[in-house]
Amino acid sequence: MSLELAKTPVAQTPPLLEVQHLSMRFGGLLAVDTVHFEVRPSQIFAIIGPNGAGKTTVFNCVGGFYRPTTGTVALNGQPLHGLASHHIAQRGLVRTFQNVRLFKTMTVVENLLISQHTQLETRLFPGLFKTPKYRRAEAEALDRAVFWLEKVGLLAVANREAGNLAYGQQRRLEIARCMITQPKVLMLDEPAAGLNPQETRDLDRLINELRAEHGVAVLLIEHDMSLVMGISDEILVMEYGRPIATGTPAEIRSNPKVIKAYLGEE
Amino acid sequence: MSDSAILEFIQQIINGLTLGSIYALIAIGYTMVYGIIGMINFAHGEIYMIGAYVGLLVITALGLFGVESIPLILLATLAISILVTSSYGWTVERLAYRPLRGSPRLVPLISAIGVSIFLQNYVQLGQGARDVSMQPVLSGGWRFGPEDGFQVYLSYMQVLIAVVTVAFMAGLTLFIGRSRMGRACRACSQDRAMANLLGIDTDRVIALTFIMGAALAAVAGVLVSMYYGLVNPFIGFLAGLKAFTAAVLGGIGSIPGAMLGGVVLGLAESFASAYLQTEYKDVVAFGLLILVLLVRPTGLMGRPDVEKV
Repeated sequence: MSLELAKTPVAQTPPLLEVQHLSMRFGGLLAVDTVHFEVRPSQIFAIIGPNGAGKTTVFNCVGGFYRPTTGTVALNGQPLHGLASHHIAQRGLVRTFQNVRLFKTMTVVENLLISQHTQLETRLFPGLFKTPKYRRAEAEALDRAVFWLEKVGLLAVANREAGNLAYGQQRRLEIARCMITQPKVLMLDEPAAGLNPQETRDLDRLINELRAEHGVAVLLIEHDMSLVMGISDEILVMEYGRPIATGTPAEIRSNPKVIKAYLGEE
Repeated sequence: MSDSAILEFIQQIINGLTLGSIYALIAIGYTMVYGIIGMINFAHGEIYMIGAYVGLLVITALGLFGVESIPLILLATLAISILVTSSYGWTVERLAYRPLRGSPRLVPLISAIGVSIFLQNYVQLGQGARDVSMQPVLSGGWRFGPEDGFQVYLSYMQVLIAVVTVAFMAGLTLFIGRSRMGRACRACSQDRAMANLLGIDTDRVIALTFIMGAALAAVAGVLVSMYYGLVNPFIGFLAGLKAFTAAVLGGIGSIPGAMLGGVVLGLAESFASAYLQTEYKDVVAFGLLILVLLVRPTGLMGRPDVEKV
């Protein structure tokens, strides 16, 4: 019997996103210290940890916002480091931020058209003369926008300015704006921050739907434990920039190091 | 008010709108660049000067070839000047600003002043430091009013300036509001990093902004060289300063603001030279700027600064 067969089916799928030896130093502060993790296709992977543990720094390194001091990030086996942000997005990795960053004075539907920019033809000639191909592409973009607005329940407010939406609606619009680029990995930085319990439950359902229907892998930073424990397949716990535990929600819940990090010594 | 006073008032409005159109065209270049990269492109006045030179050279050359049709001269001159001037705009961005992206705000500003000095001297070397003049292409106009009293004079050139300006502004507004690249421009002006993360090549958008700003400055340059029939390598300085004032007046970063600011500034100058003394027009123009900044620091149409995190 070969060794391959001994592995579980989940472990057999090759990792979609692979982060190895990732460290990030800001002057004298080692914000992230040798973090490894892998996200497989359609997996929901969460990073948790107390404030200042370095979770967002990991996100910024993975998304190409920071250039990590050491370590590599690879998507589908292809290294991402050194790529410009828009190229990383085009490879299929998009993110949201802790604070909502919509284009506030543009309409809801325009926010969704913007993120399809790279899939659309932007050369001057077809745009100037509105060739049939240009019109068709624009109509398809609009169709996709409508599809996602329906999905996140914002169709009724499609022509409102994004900045005028309720907070929970803005959060959902951000997710739709990412999903419309058809990403392989969706990175959400504290998506439940500022949401009420009902909105958090809706978010939980939405993330599960995205995974089930669109096969997207989700990399998540979250403080809301009920959300994290409910939807994650795997959790990485960080403290002071170091990874202290990785495992399923059940394993994490009973891990003494994690309990210590969250509740202090007994 | 007597009839003559009313007619004089109308004359000042006509003159003010003409001047304001030119300011507005140049101001748009300042405001668009500021809106996207938050930098004042102090070389923009020189870009306008180059546009005026190219305009004058093309018109003179066409005259040598015996071209007399006004529409043909206008179209050819605009096309060539826009092409040449916007390639200057693009080159300046590529060589003097893009390498400094991400550096402190003061650094590209100093680079811009350097570019401005460079371009002034470059044109002096190539074209000489003296005034270059030409025969007016389009002369004549309409007179309204009593034979013996004050007559309002509306020259054909003033009408042409207004029509061309309105046409280009309408074109720009449509482009920004309706096209995909225009949408990308608006997104970049709100949150450039986020637009980049969503897959927009922001360097391309920035280059396009410089090209469009330079193209409109070229239009202004061509119109001015046709109007006055006179250019020199230093016209960019004051025109640039005035247009910058117009952009701040209207609310820097806002395109309709720059249009409004240009017109308001043109009118203010025109009234100042008519009702005070010609020497006071710059005092009034810059005084108006100070007043607006005191009362409404974001300019007439500017939005208060949104806190960026």
